[in-house]
Amino acid sequence: MSFKTRASGSPADLRAFCEAEIGAVLDRLYGTALRLTRNRADAEDLVADTVVKALDNIQGLQDRNCFRGWIFRILYNTFKSNCRKKSARPEDCLSSLQRDGAEGDDTFRLFDKLHQPFLLWWGNHEQEFLDRLEIEDLCKAIDALPDNFRIVIALSGIEGFSYQEIAETLEIPVGTVRSRLARGRSILQKSLWDYAQTVGLAPGHARPQGNDS
Amino acid sequence: MSKIKAISCEEAIRHLLEYLDHECENHTHEEIDRHLSACQACYSRMEFEKRLRSQIKNTGGQLVPDSLKNRIDKLFSGGSKD
Repeated sequence: MSFKTRASGSPADLRAFCEAEIGAVLDRLYGTALRLTRNRADAEDLVADTVVKALDNIQGLQDRNCFRGWIFRILYNTFKSNCRKKSARPEDCLSSLQRDGAEGDDTFRLFDKLHQPFLLWWGNHEQEFLDRLEIEDLCKAIDALPDNFRIVIALSGIEGFSYQEIAETLEIPVGTVRSRLARGRSILQKSLWDYAQTVGLAPGHARPQGNDS
Repeated sequence: MSKIKAISCEEAIRHLLEYLDHECENHTHEEIDRHLSACQACYSRMEFEKRLRSQIKNTGGQLVPDSLKNRIDKLFSGGSKD
Protein backbone atom coordinates (compact mmCIF):
# COMPACT_ATOMS: atom_id res chain seq x y z
CA MET A 1 0.00 0.00 0.00
CA SER A 2 1.33 3.42 -0.92
CA PHE A 3 1.76 6.00 1.84
CA LYS A 4 1.67 8.82 -0.66
CA THR A 5 -1.47 10.61 -1.78
CA ARG A 6 -0.80 9.91 -5.40
CA ALA A 7 -2.21 12.51 -7.77
CA SER A 8 -4.50 9.92 -9.31
CA GLY A 9 -7.78 10.49 -11.10
CA SER A 10 -9.10 10.69 -14.62
CA PRO A 11 -7.21 13.00 -17.01
CA ALA A 12 -10.10 15.49 -16.81
CA ASP A 13 -10.07 15.35 -13.02
CA LEU A 14 -6.30 15.89 -12.88
CA ARG A 15 -6.51 18.75 -15.35
CA ALA A 16 -9.28 20.45 -13.35
CA PHE A 17 -7.17 20.07 -10.19
CA CYS A 18 -4.13 21.52 -11.95
CA GLU A 19 -6.07 24.50 -13.35
CA ALA A 20 -7.60 25.32 -9.95
CA GLU A 21 -4.21 25.15 -8.22
CA ILE A 22 -2.56 27.30 -10.88
CA GLY A 23 -5.35 29.88 -10.47
CA ALA A 24 -4.68 29.97 -6.73
CA VAL A 25 -0.93 30.65 -7.07
CA LEU A 26 -0.84 32.62 -10.33
CA ASP A 27 -0.02 35.97 -8.66
CA ARG A 28 2.79 34.34 -6.65
CA LEU A 29 4.19 32.60 -9.76
CA TYR A 30 4.13 35.92 -11.61
CA GLY A 31 5.74 37.76 -8.67
CA THR A 32 8.57 35.22 -8.48
CA ALA A 33 8.93 35.22 -12.29
CA LEU A 34 9.29 39.02 -12.18
CA ARG A 35 12.05 38.81 -9.58
CA LEU A 36 13.82 36.12 -11.64
CA THR A 37 13.57 37.70 -15.10
CA ARG A 38 13.51 41.35 -13.96
CA ASN A 39 11.12 42.36 -16.73
CA ARG A 40 7.40 42.00 -17.33
CA ALA A 41 7.43 40.53 -20.84
CA ASP A 42 9.89 37.76 -19.92
CA ALA A 43 8.00 37.11 -16.66
CA GLU A 44 4.75 36.60 -18.58
CA ASP A 45 6.48 34.22 -21.02
CA LEU A 46 8.05 32.32 -18.13
CA VAL A 47 4.71 31.85 -16.34
CA ALA A 48 2.95 30.81 -19.56
CA ASP A 49 5.72 28.26 -20.35
CA THR A 50 5.47 26.97 -16.77
CA VAL A 51 1.69 26.52 -17.05
CA VAL A 52 2.04 24.60 -20.34
CA LYS A 53 4.59 22.23 -18.74
CA ALA A 54 2.48 21.79 -15.61
CA LEU A 55 -0.62 20.88 -17.63
CA ASP A 56 1.40 18.45 -19.76
CA ASN A 57 3.05 16.75 -16.78
CA ILE A 58 0.42 16.77 -14.06
CA GLN A 59 0.20 12.97 -14.22
CA GLY A 60 3.76 12.85 -12.90
CA LEU A 61 2.91 14.71 -9.68
CA GLN A 62 3.32 12.16 -6.88
CA ASP A 63 1.37 13.94 -4.19
CA ARG A 64 -1.30 16.60 -4.66
CA ASN A 65 -0.22 18.25 -1.41
CA CYS A 66 3.14 19.00 -3.03
CA PHE A 67 1.67 20.96 -5.94
CA ARG A 68 3.04 24.35 -4.86
CA GLY A 69 6.65 23.17 -4.55
CA TRP A 70 6.27 21.16 -7.76
CA ILE A 71 5.11 24.09 -9.90
CA PHE A 72 7.74 26.46 -8.48
CA ARG A 73 10.35 23.84 -9.39
CA ILE A 74 9.00 23.83 -12.95
CA LEU A 75 9.16 27.66 -12.95
CA TYR A 76 12.79 27.63 -11.82
CA ASN A 77 13.85 24.88 -14.25
CA THR A 78 12.12 26.69 -17.12
CA PHE A 79 13.88 29.92 -16.14
CA LYS A 80 17.23 28.09 -16.15
CA SER A 81 16.54 26.52 -19.50
CA ASN A 82 15.35 29.83 -21.06
CA CYS A 83 18.43 31.51 -19.64
CA ARG A 84 20.68 28.96 -21.37
CA LYS A 85 18.85 29.41 -24.69
CA LYS A 86 18.98 33.22 -24.60
CA SER A 87 22.52 33.64 -23.43
CA ALA A 88 25.10 34.26 -26.13
CA ARG A 89 27.52 32.42 -23.86
CA PRO A 90 25.40 29.83 -22.05
CA GLU A 91 28.28 28.81 -19.83
CA ASP A 92 28.21 32.30 -18.21
CA CYS A 93 24.57 31.93 -17.35
CA LEU A 94 25.02 28.43 -15.99
CA SER A 95 27.98 29.37 -13.87
CA SER A 96 26.10 32.31 -12.36
CA LEU A 97 23.32 29.95 -11.35
CA GLN A 98 25.53 27.18 -10.04
CA ARG A 99 28.42 28.90 -8.31
CA ASP A 100 28.35 31.18 -5.33
CA GLY A 101 31.37 33.14 -6.48
CA ALA A 102 34.16 34.27 -4.25
CA GLU A 103 33.79 34.14 -0.52
CA GLY A 104 32.20 37.29 0.77
CA ASP A 105 30.95 38.97 3.87
CA ASP A 106 27.63 37.60 5.10
CA THR A 107 27.47 39.64 8.27
CA PHE A 108 26.56 43.13 7.04
CA ARG A 109 23.60 44.37 9.10
CA LEU A 110 21.75 47.51 8.11
CA PHE A 111 20.47 47.86 11.67
CA ASP A 112 24.03 48.39 12.93
CA LYS A 113 24.46 51.30 10.52
CA LEU A 114 21.11 52.96 11.16
CA HIS A 115 20.66 52.39 14.89
CA GLN A 116 21.79 55.29 17.09
CA PRO A 117 20.87 54.36 20.68
CA PHE A 118 22.09 57.66 22.13
CA LEU A 119 19.69 59.58 19.86
CA LEU A 120 16.59 57.67 20.91
CA TRP A 121 15.11 60.67 22.71
CA TRP A 122 14.63 62.60 19.48
CA GLY A 123 14.49 60.17 16.64
CA ASN A 124 14.74 56.62 15.38
CA HIS A 125 16.61 56.26 12.10
CA GLU A 126 15.82 52.59 11.50
CA GLN A 127 12.07 53.05 11.82
CA GLU A 128 12.14 56.18 9.71
CA PHE A 129 14.14 54.31 7.07
CA LEU A 130 11.51 51.56 6.91
CA ASP A 131 8.68 54.12 6.83
CA ARG A 132 10.25 55.87 3.86
CA LEU A 133 11.53 52.83 1.95
CA GLU A 134 9.53 52.68 -1.31
CA ILE A 135 8.53 49.24 -2.60
CA GLU A 136 9.95 50.12 -6.06
CA ASP A 137 13.35 50.87 -4.52
CA LEU A 138 13.25 47.62 -2.55
CA CYS A 139 12.39 45.70 -5.75
CA LYS A 140 15.34 47.35 -7.51
CA ALA A 141 17.68 46.29 -4.70
CA ILE A 142 16.40 42.68 -4.88
CA ASP A 143 16.62 42.68 -8.69
CA ALA A 144 20.25 43.80 -8.48
CA LEU A 145 21.23 40.66 -6.52
CA PRO A 146 23.17 37.98 -8.43
CA ASP A 147 20.92 35.10 -9.65
CA ASN A 148 21.93 32.60 -6.96
CA PHE A 149 21.03 34.94 -4.14
CA ARG A 150 17.96 36.49 -5.80
CA ILE A 151 16.29 33.10 -6.22
CA VAL A 152 16.74 32.03 -2.59
CA ILE A 153 15.55 35.44 -1.34
CA ALA A 154 12.50 35.13 -3.63
CA LEU A 155 11.64 31.60 -2.49
CA SER A 156 12.32 32.17 1.22
CA GLY A 157 11.72 35.86 1.91
CA ILE A 158 8.88 36.38 -0.56
CA GLU A 159 7.22 32.97 -0.99
CA GLY A 160 7.89 31.62 2.50
CA PHE A 161 9.33 28.24 1.47
CA SER A 162 11.28 26.32 4.13
CA TYR A 163 15.01 25.70 3.64
CA GLN A 164 14.22 22.05 2.85
CA GLU A 165 11.64 23.01 0.20
CA ILE A 166 14.09 25.44 -1.41
CA ALA A 167 16.79 22.75 -1.41
CA GLU A 168 14.42 20.37 -3.21
CA THR A 169 13.27 23.04 -5.67
CA LEU A 170 16.79 24.13 -6.62
CA GLU A 171 18.34 20.65 -6.17
CA ILE A 172 21.06 21.92 -3.84
CA PRO A 173 21.98 20.90 -0.25
CA VAL A 174 20.17 22.61 2.66
CA GLY A 175 23.53 23.96 3.87
CA THR A 176 23.94 25.77 0.55
CA VAL A 177 20.45 27.29 0.91
CA ARG A 178 21.45 28.49 4.38
CA SER A 179 24.71 30.07 3.21
CA ARG A 180 23.20 31.66 0.09
CA LEU A 181 20.41 33.20 2.15
CA ALA A 182 22.89 34.62 4.67
CA ARG A 183 25.06 36.05 1.91
CA GLY A 184 22.10 37.29 -0.17
CA ARG A 185 20.58 39.11 2.79
CA SER A 186 23.93 40.65 3.62
CA ILE A 187 24.36 41.94 0.04
CA LEU A 188 20.76 43.21 0.02
CA GLN A 189 21.20 45.08 3.31
CA LYS A 190 24.47 46.61 2.06
CA SER A 191 22.65 47.80 -1.03
CA LEU A 192 19.86 49.29 1.13
CA TRP A 193 22.53 51.05 3.19
CA ASP A 194 23.90 52.62 -0.01
CA TYR A 195 20.33 53.66 -0.82
CA ALA A 196 19.87 55.14 2.69
CA GLN A 197 22.97 57.26 2.20
CA THR A 198 21.82 58.39 -1.24
CA VAL A 199 18.39 59.53 -0.07
CA GLY A 200 19.67 61.10 3.15
CA LEU A 201 18.26 58.52 5.56
CA ALA A 202 21.62 57.56 7.03
CA PRO A 203 22.59 58.98 10.43
CA GLY A 204 24.77 62.04 9.99
CA HIS A 205 23.73 62.59 6.37
CA ALA A 206 21.89 65.71 5.29
CA ARG A 207 18.42 65.11 3.91
CA PRO A 208 17.82 66.08 0.27
CA GLN A 209 15.93 69.34 0.03
CA GLY A 210 12.17 68.78 -0.21
CA ASN A 211 8.79 70.31 0.49
CA ASP A 212 7.78 67.98 3.30
CA SER A 213 9.51 69.79 6.16
CA MET B 1 15.52 23.77 36.81
CA SER B 2 15.27 25.21 33.30
CA LYS B 3 17.53 23.66 30.66
CA ILE B 4 17.51 26.81 28.51
CA LYS B 5 20.94 28.33 28.72
CA ALA B 6 21.58 32.07 28.74
CA ILE B 7 23.21 33.29 25.53
CA SER B 8 25.10 36.48 24.65
CA CYS B 9 23.87 39.21 22.30
CA GLU B 10 26.51 38.06 19.83
CA GLU B 11 25.10 34.53 19.76
CA ALA B 12 21.52 35.78 19.51
CA ILE B 13 22.41 38.06 16.58
CA ARG B 14 24.30 35.26 14.82
CA HIS B 15 21.17 33.09 14.75
CA LEU B 16 18.57 35.86 14.47
CA LEU B 17 17.77 35.51 10.77
CA GLU B 18 17.38 31.73 11.01
CA TYR B 19 15.28 32.28 14.15
CA LEU B 20 12.94 34.53 12.16
CA ASP B 21 12.82 31.87 9.41
CA HIS B 22 11.84 29.27 12.06
CA GLU B 23 14.86 27.24 10.96
CA CYS B 24 16.79 27.05 14.26
CA GLU B 25 17.16 23.94 16.37
CA ASN B 26 14.43 23.88 19.05
CA HIS B 27 16.81 24.62 21.91
CA THR B 28 18.41 27.55 20.02
CA HIS B 29 14.95 28.96 19.27
CA GLU B 30 14.08 28.87 22.96
CA GLU B 31 17.40 30.42 23.95
CA ILE B 32 16.84 33.31 21.57
CA ASP B 33 13.23 33.69 22.76
CA ARG B 34 14.48 34.03 26.30
CA HIS B 35 17.28 36.42 25.31
CA LEU B 36 14.87 38.67 23.38
CA SER B 37 12.50 38.88 26.31
CA ALA B 38 15.33 40.25 28.46
CA CYS B 39 17.40 42.33 26.02
CA GLN B 40 15.87 45.55 24.68
CA ALA B 41 18.69 46.16 22.17
CA CYS B 42 18.31 42.73 20.53
CA TYR B 43 14.52 43.03 20.66
CA SER B 44 14.72 46.33 18.70
CA ARG B 45 17.00 44.62 16.18
CA MET B 46 14.59 41.72 15.83
CA GLU B 47 11.65 44.12 15.29
CA PHE B 48 13.63 45.94 12.58
CA GLU B 49 14.49 42.67 10.78
CA LYS B 50 10.86 41.53 11.04
CA ARG B 51 9.53 44.75 9.54
CA LEU B 52 12.13 44.70 6.77
CA ARG B 53 11.27 41.13 5.81
CA SER B 54 7.57 41.94 5.84
CA GLN B 55 8.31 44.69 3.29
CA ILE B 56 10.37 42.21 1.24
CA LYS B 57 7.45 39.77 1.33
CA ASN B 58 5.15 42.49 0.01
CA THR B 59 7.23 42.76 -3.17
CA GLY B 60 5.90 39.33 -4.20
CA GLY B 61 2.20 40.18 -4.36
CA GLN B 62 2.12 41.36 -7.94
CA LEU B 63 -1.06 42.11 -9.79
CA VAL B 64 -1.28 39.65 -12.68
CA PRO B 65 -1.66 41.63 -15.92
CA ASP B 66 -4.76 40.98 -18.05
CA SER B 67 -2.55 39.95 -20.97
CA LEU B 68 -1.16 37.06 -18.88
CA LYS B 69 -4.59 36.12 -17.50
CA ASN B 70 -5.89 35.90 -21.09
CA ARG B 71 -2.95 33.69 -22.12
CA ILE B 72 -3.58 31.35 -19.20
CA ASP B 73 -7.33 31.22 -19.94
CA LYS B 74 -6.53 30.24 -23.53
CA LEU B 75 -4.17 27.51 -22.33
CA PHE B 76 -6.88 26.20 -20.00
CA SER B 77 -9.63 26.18 -22.61
CA GLY B 78 -7.45 25.24 -25.58
CA GLY B 79 -5.99 21.95 -24.53
CA SER B 80 -8.64 20.31 -22.39
CA LYS B 81 -8.58 16.59 -22.89
CA ASP B 82 -11.38 14.55 -21.48
